[in-house]
Amino acid sequence: MAIILRLAWRNIWRHPRRSGLTIAAIAFAAALLVFMITLQFGSYDMIIDNNLKVLTGHFQVQHLGYLEKPKMRSTITDAQKMAEELRKINGIVDIATRANAFALLASEKRTYGVQVLGVEIMHEAKLSTIPGRIQSGRFLSDDTAQEIIIGDALARNLKVQVGDDLTLLGSGYDGSIAAAVLPIVGIFNTGMPEIDRGLIEIPLTSFQEIFSLEESAHLLVGMAKNLDHLETVLTQVRAKIPDSSLVVLDWNHLNPGLFQLIQADMINSWFMYSCLILIVTFSILNTFLMAVLERTREFGVMLALGTKPLSIGQLIMLETLLLTLLGLGIGLVIGGSVTLYFYVYGFSYPGMEEIGAQFGLIDVITPQLSLFAFMLGPTIIFFFTMIVGLYPALRIRKLKPVDAMKSV
Amino acid sequence: MNMKQFPVICRHLGKSYQQGKITIPALVDINLEIHKGDFVCFSGPSGSGKTTLLNLIGGLDTPSSGEISLDAQRLDKMNKSALANLRLHKIGFVFQAYNLIPVLSAQENVEFVMQLQGLNSARRAIKARAILKEVGLEGLEKRRPGDLSGGQQQRVAVARAIVSAPSLILADEPTANLDSHTAETLMQLLHTMNEEHGITFLFSTHDKLVMDYSKRLIKLRDGRIQSDETQ
Ligand SMILES: Nc1ncnc2c1ncn2[C@@H]1O[C@H](COP(=O)(O)OP(=O)(O)OP(=O)(O)O)[C@@H](O)[C@H]1O
Ligand SMILES: [Mg+2]
Repeated sequence: MAIILRLAWRNIWRHPRRSGLTIAAIAFAAALLVFMITLQFGSYDMIIDNNLKVLTGHFQVQHLGYLEKPKMRSTITDAQKMAEELRKINGIVDIATRANAFALLASEKRTYGVQVLGVEIMHEAKLSTIPGRIQSGRFLSDDTAQEIIIGDALARNLKVQVGDDLTLLGSGYDGSIAAAVLPIVGIFNTGMPEIDRGLIEIPLTSFQEIFSLEESAHLLVGMAKNLDHLETVLTQVRAKIPDSSLVVLDWNHLNPGLFQLIQADMINSWFMYSCLILIVTFSILNTFLMAVLERTREFGVMLALGTKPLSIGQLIMLETLLLTLLGLGIGLVIGGSVTLYFYVYGFSYPGMEEIGAQFGLIDVITPQLSLFAFMLGPTIIFFFTMIVGLYPALRIRKLKPVDAMKSV
Repeated sequence: MNMKQFPVICRHLGKSYQQGKITIPALVDINLEIHKGDFVCFSGPSGSGKTTLLNLIGGLDTPSSGEISLDAQRLDKMNKSALANLRLHKIGFVFQAYNLIPVLSAQENVEFVMQLQGLNSARRAIKARAILKEVGLEGLEKRRPGDLSGGQQQRVAVARAIVSAPSLILADEPTANLDSHTAETLMQLLHTMNEEHGITFLFSTHDKLVMDYSKRLIKLRDGRIQSDETQ
């Protein structure tokens, strides 16, 4: 074993420039993949996180069928008590109760159809970024307060500002007319156009009064401490909800567009990565073949001395392995350093705010520091180069010592 | 007939090459017995079949017809891996040139075969250094082939061939790439090895000077034995 290892190592350095270039190509591809994949995964994490933090949360408890058809009558009875129960589960950041309705909102000059959310003041702030995104005025003060906050686009459309009164007109739980006149106490800006244009929030208890909901609500919105452990949290949540008319839905179900967006982006980038990997693979194949062909005579001598073709195949594979590991090692160090740098300082490029506005407020991406994201690219390169090394190694089996020694 | 006395026996040995539709007879009806401890030279014009014969005896190639045996084992009936095993344990080779593995030092080249045979590293090192000293390369053990002269390289090849005490050493034109003085010292070395270790040597040459060292001179012509003289 010792000699075969020594042989392999020295054979690599027989052509230092050629091997150096091969190592550099592998290192470059590995570094690039490490950086791009960690950044890509990091950006997904952030898109998901930011998007879900605006309003959706990591999961929701709803009445069966509410997602498809949000009917006023599809309620959760004693919603706040159930929320209190769910907050005891380990791994949950918070649960907020929400009631939801569609109504007309009128200023002195104009009227718009809007989505009205009744929110629990104490808990909403931990689940939604809207309370922190108030541009003028303040967030809602108390669950029983008679007040309203609206998005900035809506405020522009209605030509109103903080302090103005708005008239809310809808239909209540029992079919009666729900109407109220509420003062605007705050105007928010989430950066997401459809929310800033079409959503208003009022305190939960006020909502329940206006819409005759009593103790009921429509949604329990939850956030887990770690999105990666959502499934274990959800199992516990489901155990606490015996009522079969209620369902627990994760973000993926609540926001299928987000998942599809990520999938589409994933396919795009993997197409690019595959091209990169293929180019590197073929250039390596070429080098390996050359390295083996020019040593035909040497292999002939080794065969003549009684070396088994299998051992020579092993030697070639060992050379491939060493070359690849060297390249991957260097690539991991470089790619890892670059990744760490951007992990500390954040990564951004021009035009990113635009994308941020569409999908949820990112102006800097932090790469994902996970073993999986780090090792995925290098592992794929490893497999491809080893397969490539197999080809010249297998060619050796056909070599006859007499013929081999004729070549110089 | 005592087989042990004759390490190599050829009976009606023939080898022909197919080149397109033409059959080239490289060896025709060779009958030959080599005595143990012999020092045999094959000579003859180019294309007379010297290399072909040495390759057949060395188990590097298989005959088209006839029988060939080494230490009472029929080579013509062996498969590839059996032949490889036989070469490893019973035959030493010295080729014309570029005999050595370029990335290994002189000593490592000598150790290579012993490693294949499964000797442990301590014994390998001792034997390799001893044999390199014997062929006059003491102090050059760490040199790579590229840093040795042609004659020195052939000495390393001889050392490698001898070190595992084979039944037979085959050398196809070992002096072809050497100047006459170096060639002569190499032949003296081979001769000494033959005398002292009793190893059977078969070699081929074009060189009259090299032929003079042989104990038995076999002349080939058109794939046949033309003459066989013990000197
Ligand atoms: N692989 C081959 N294919 C076809 N013909 C071959 C092959 N090898 C040898 N021959 C032919 O067999 C005959 C004997 O060749 P061989 O190499 O044994 O001669 P040689 O005596 O060693 O010659 P030289 O002194 O030039 O080395 C020649 O006619 C040669 O052309
Ligand atoms: Mg020849």
